[in-house]
Amino acid sequence: MKTLFFLLEKEFKQLMRNKGVIRTLFIMPAVQLILMPMAADYSVKNIHIAVVDNDHSTYSQKLINKIKSSGYFTLTGYAPSYKEALVLVEQDKADLTLHIPAGFERTLVRENTEKIYVAINAISGTKASLGGAYLTSIMQDFNNQIRLQWLHGTPDNTPQVTVAPYYWYNPFMDYHLYMVPGILVTLITALAAMQSAFNIVAEKESGTIEQINVTPIKKHIFIIGKLLPFLVLATLVFTMGLILARVIYGIVPLGSLVTLYLSLIMYLFAMLGLGLLISTYSNTQMQAMSLAFFFINIFNMLSGVFTSIDSMPLWAQYIVETFPPSHFIKIMRMVVLKGSGLGDITYHLAAMFVIGLVFNTWAVLNYSKRS
Amino acid sequence: MITLNNIKKTYNKGTVSAVQNINFSVNKGEIFGLIGPDGAGKTTLFRILTTLLLADEGTATVNGFDVVKDYGKIRDCVGYMPGKFSLYQDLTIEENLNFFATVFGTTIRENYHLIKDIYVQIEPFKNRRAGKLSGGMKQKLALCCALIHKPVVLFLDEPTTGVDVVSRKEFWEMLKRLKAQGITILVSTAYMDEAKLCDRIALIQKGKILSIETPEKIVESFPVKLFAIRGGKAYKLLEDMRAFNGTDSCFAFGDALHVTFKNDENNTVLQYLDSKGHIGVSIETITPTVEDCFIRLLKK
Repeated sequence: MKTLFFLLEKEFKQLMRNKGVIRTLFIMPAVQLILMPMAADYSVKNIHIAVVDNDHSTYSQKLINKIKSSGYFTLTGYAPSYKEALVLVEQDKADLTLHIPAGFERTLVRENTEKIYVAINAISGTKASLGGAYLTSIMQDFNNQIRLQWLHGTPDNTPQVTVAPYYWYNPFMDYHLYMVPGILVTLITALAAMQSAFNIVAEKESGTIEQINVTPIKKHIFIIGKLLPFLVLATLVFTMGLILARVIYGIVPLGSLVTLYLSLIMYLFAMLGLGLLISTYSNTQMQAMSLAFFFINIFNMLSGVFTSIDSMPLWAQYIVETFPPSHFIKIMRMVVLKGSGLGDITYHLAAMFVIGLVFNTWAVLNYSKRS
Repeated sequence: MITLNNIKKTYNKGTVSAVQNINFSVNKGEIFGLIGPDGAGKTTLFRILTTLLLADEGTATVNGFDVVKDYGKIRDCVGYMPGKFSLYQDLTIEENLNFFATVFGTTIRENYHLIKDIYVQIEPFKNRRAGKLSGGMKQKLALCCALIHKPVVLFLDEPTTGVDVVSRKEFWEMLKRLKAQGITILVSTAYMDEAKLCDRIALIQKGKILSIETPEKIVESFPVKLFAIRGGKAYKLLEDMRAFNGTDSCFAFGDALHVTFKNDENNTVLQYLDSKGHIGVSIETITPTVEDCFIRLLKK
């Protein structure tokens, strides 16, 4: 125990002296946490639309005005024909085109039905699908208006189903509310897995591990001495993240902080284990960097911050299940947005514990004081 | 104190042989030198003896403990100074020393008498970070750290490589004083002039031991007469001497050529050199150095 204390004293001294690392550990996550949620916005605005109005009637004018005033679309221009509108799409000036056929009003009035052609540029997937959806809903609204007009205020007897959704836990669909906790997790991920691995490998590179290995220091004491400082640092960064989330985005966790921190420690147990595992397979910081980068990239992309895990193919979902961040991101969102308690997150806590146990056991078995 | 029996070690799954059939033992209170060029296998032996590396074959003991079975006990009682400076560069002299004292469960004060002579020289800089020290000071600090837990055996892997002449001399004087305190020292070096400062030396080359003797005996065992030839144009002299058909070996040694002949008769040499146009050439019999012996052993 005494040895552990001296090891920790040494580690903290070294960390505090390494100004570069301290900067990396605190300032960089802060900057990322401030910038990324502001920019990574899921709601799509400024969809450029090109209109081909071959009708030039009151109705077509009304429809176009309605689209313009919705706030989602900006009109890039009118084109005389579909072909020319498509040129605008090709030049990336328009994201979608709306083609109102000649005789739109007349057919609508006479035959009670008319078709409108919409062409969407699918290069940017989200923009295309959301833009299409927005346009459809505007069109539906327009349709209802016309019906109301024609019926001259007489009650509509045709049965209609209207959908009035309520977004539980995030009534205004404020994307910050679910992005910020997620992004905070990705920052902790990078810190825990990378920095701990680099720190151990740095001792290999400088040869100091050789000197340590000939001392009677026990293997597990040395490892705990290496990982504990990063547990403390990661907890500090996490706390800083929660404070920033509150100050900048006004996000106050609904659940208890005890639950959050307990989950954090379980998460760090798993991720520091991964860092340790990486360090046992690397002899230089370059190797450790490549390995850590591989894992962290996959974790950040697939663990549910940016894409929904539920919409992945089943085989991918099984793989993602073994990623500690996917569990911690779920816990974060559940506790912060929903106020879930320990009872609700038991499964995820247990999963992280098992993954952590595998990583750590593997790493300890692979770490050897002699070769 | 240290014994090695048929130690063999290969790297890269047996394709690169580091050391083969190494047998020797070091007595208590002895300064034993491993002398050999770079890549001879000195560091491999050190790493095996300090329990950092497992030998493929053979057994070895340090202070009576087996390097495989009792490695824990060996780590308690040996001091190791690797060839590469491997203390914490971002900790100060004092912090490094303190750290290594505490991991061995002791304090600087307890064993201060052992390191006093060395430590006083670096003490004025005790708040300087180890990374900012000069080469000689680094070596002294490393020696202090290796000594702070009062080891019974000290392993020094090329402690004087890259250190200036004065510091090297000082360093060897320190080793003498440590020996007087009863510490057994195994030291390696690529400098032949340091060999004569050891009690016994093992000449090692390409993973094999060529000879183990006291420096005096090694010199005595030089089988033929050795001559030093001086004068003339050094390079042409070397070439002409090597071309001379009575020459057995000829090497440049500072300002002289060290030459052995196929038979100790060499009356015709001066005549020969005269005919080659060398003026003012002198020849004399000299006592061989360890280096002469080493070169001769290598040739065999």
